[in-house]
Amino acid sequence: MNRSLRPLAATAIIFALAYAAAIWQFPGLWSTRVLGNFLTDNAFLGIAAVGMTFVILSGGIDLSVGAVIGFTTVLVATLIMWGGLHPLVAFAIALGVAAAFGAAMGAAIHYLKVPSFIVTLAGMFLARGGASVLSPDSIGIKHAFFTTVSKTYILFPGGGRLTVIGGVMLLVFLFGIVLAHRTRFGSCVYALGGSETSAALMGVPVARTTILIYTLSSTLAGLAGIVFSLYTSAGYSLSAVGVELDAIAAVVIGGTLLTGGYGFVAGTLIGVMLQGLVQTYIVFDGTLSSWWTKIVIGALLFMFILLQRVVFSATAPRRKVTWKA
Amino acid sequence: METDSATAVLQARGIVKIFGQHRALDTVDFDLRTGEVHALLGENGAGKSTLIKILTGAYQPDGGEVLLQGTPVSFRDPLQAQGYGIGTVYQEVNLLPNRSVAENLFLGHQPTRWGLIRRREIDERAAALLATYGLEIDVRAELSEYSVAVQQIVAIARAVELSGKVLVLDEPTASLDRNEVDRLFEVVERLKSRGLGIIFITHFLDQVFRLSDRVTILRNGRKIGTQPLAQVSTTDVVRMMLGKDVAFDHHPTGLSGAERGIPRVTFKGMGKAGRVAPFDLTLHEGEVVGVAGLLGSGRTEMARLMFGVDAADQGSVEINGRAVAVKTPAQAVAAGFGFCPEDRKLDGIFGDLSVRENIIIALQAKLGWFRALNRDEQIELAGRYAEALDIRAANHDMPVKLLSGGNQQKVILARWLAIDPSVLILDEPTRGIDVGAHAEIVRTINRLREEGLALLVISSELDEVVAYSNRVVVMRDREMVAELTGDDVAPDVIVRAIADHPTRQEPSA
Repeated sequence: MNRSLRPLAATAIIFALAYAAAIWQFPGLWSTRVLGNFLTDNAFLGIAAVGMTFVILSGGIDLSVGAVIGFTTVLVATLIMWGGLHPLVAFAIALGVAAAFGAAMGAAIHYLKVPSFIVTLAGMFLARGGASVLSPDSIGIKHAFFTTVSKTYILFPGGGRLTVIGGVMLLVFLFGIVLAHRTRFGSCVYALGGSETSAALMGVPVARTTILIYTLSSTLAGLAGIVFSLYTSAGYSLSAVGVELDAIAAVVIGGTLLTGGYGFVAGTLIGVMLQGLVQTYIVFDGTLSSWWTKIVIGALLFMFILLQRVVFSATAPRRKVTWKA
Repeated sequence: METDSATAVLQARGIVKIFGQHRALDTVDFDLRTGEVHALLGENGAGKSTLIKILTGAYQPDGGEVLLQGTPVSFRDPLQAQGYGIGTVYQEVNLLPNRSVAENLFLGHQPTRWGLIRRREIDERAAALLATYGLEIDVRAELSEYSVAVQQIVAIARAVELSGKVLVLDEPTASLDRNEVDRLFEVVERLKSRGLGIIFITHFLDQVFRLSDRVTILRNGRKIGTQPLAQVSTTDVVRMMLGKDVAFDHHPTGLSGAERGIPRVTFKGMGKAGRVAPFDLTLHEGEVVGVAGLLGSGRTEMARLMFGVDAADQGSVEINGRAVAVKTPAQAVAAGFGFCPEDRKLDGIFGDLSVRENIIIALQAKLGWFRALNRDEQIELAGRYAEALDIRAANHDMPVKLLSGGNQQKVILARWLAIDPSVLILDEPTRGIDVGAHAEIVRTINRLREEGLALLVISSELDEVVAYSNRVVVMRDREMVAELTGDDVAPDVIVRAIADHPTRQEPSA
């Protein structure tokens, strides 16, 4: 099996086993209703994690994701409630702002040769601070559009609902998979993660690719913010604190190498679902503190990092070569 | 040398490249014909990599011009040079280890439909392309799953596919085994018959003779000559590489007969698999042993074993008749060894520290943390050695990086002299130093010998080796092949010893 597929396979197997064990204990978990809620409750995390996957594949990190989500919720709420704009217009503006923000971070990373860790840390403070300046208090969003969206869903047999935001997340994943594996941009992202020097010598437009990667990540974080505002019907500067870390965890658990170059967008979906499963399990159990989610995620993360070490430090198997004279 | 431009695919005329005050290339001419393999030879610092970087667009020349098929060209970067038809394959393969072979071949040029990459077409074309190189492999597997030899051929295939006129091979065989070298050479022969001009850089002379049609030799930034290989012998080539004044008449220095003291250190059967074949060597008090050999012959590796930078896997060391362990540099220092490495800037000098700090650092390391030298002692020590070695610095608190190369070298010498060593190993002590300062280093070496030190000096400058050595050992193919004494310590004998039967190279596994 391809080396980079192994962590992904491990994640998939662990998810299947954990889900099976959870169903065995709580048969109620086996329903489209639970599955639908999985998607809805983790939609914003999943969308942000797709962007994070690209960043990590290229060998970078984006710490500004949670702050951009928070900022977007506030911006959307302000534009709708105070500016009187239609939500769709507000969404477009918010996405534009997020994209420009990401592009600026990408440009700083490439042209100033500052590590992405530092640049996006600064971006995190800027976005979080900006959100508080817009409004320190939570703004409730009341608009017919929001009500319509929250009432729109596809009903599955068994009472499960695929909500709009759950659907958006699945579409984003589909988009991410195609982008990563079937486009030249995707190839360039993997190339940067493999070796930036080689990539440049092979003609990868390093500046453009870097800027696009962070633009993509921030835009998806903006979309996650929109989804979050739809999910909570509010904009709050302190919402989604620490989501970037959950996203990084999902990406790594999903089999992407933290140092870049190896991984799959589809793996990130399983990583997000695994986190959702743990949360749902705790809700079903009823006696456990919700902080157990963090402990389980921490243990999983640690396990996967060890697994990747083992898989990637083992010398690559030599492939068979046939020489013809 | 004028060549008919009809057959010259790539020409360089009067190329000059200056770094700071140093002329890395001084009016160098070079021409490459279609359908030939042209070897480029020279020791470290001779200017071959600078010339290659100019030809492939990585550097811009400060003078002269590059002509491609008779038309003057100037390349912004290697990528643009590639667009003009000049492809380069480096020793350390510049491809993506994490991507498939097929993607490495087509990255940046993937066929797409509606913006989506056509993976199957890429895989099919990659397999077909590699088949023309005699290689049948699964092109969907990661590049890193294949040996370096396969990676080299993938890199060559990519370079040829994208450029197609000139192929530059920079030390392509350095990490290949014999069988793989044969495969690579078959590929190169095939490309040559397709009419490509191929520049081949290596330090394995036998490979040059086996594969190349012509050879150009550089030394100290100047072109020494271009010769058809059919008309020259190995000895001629070595002579051109090493000695500007390699005289073939004897100039006995009288040193070889000089009195030497008691044995100071004896290396018995010391070696490390794949790096240096086991060797025996005794250094006496008041003796300089010169080490001659081409780049890659194992001379630096030998010094590193002696100083414990690399641990030997066999053999023993005796100092004054007693066996000692020298497995780490710290043990070597404790045993009274000093070592001035080849690359001063990388391994020797702490550029931002002062002259004084650079001099006392080895002594302080030997004393340990708890016996710090106080400032007065430091100043006294630094002053003493700076005077003894004639280090010219405005004051001893200025950063070492501001000194000239010769003075930096003397600072490193002073550092080791401060620990009062009994054995001093110098690797290329005159490299990168103005020619005028060479004589001074040579004088210093001679004086240290007279003071009773045992020295081992590695150098490519044969005139200098002869000027200070009592004995000369010759390294070839990672093996000590000759020990010259008496009247044999002469440039022509050394050249012959280096060139003698250049056996096939069996590089490190």
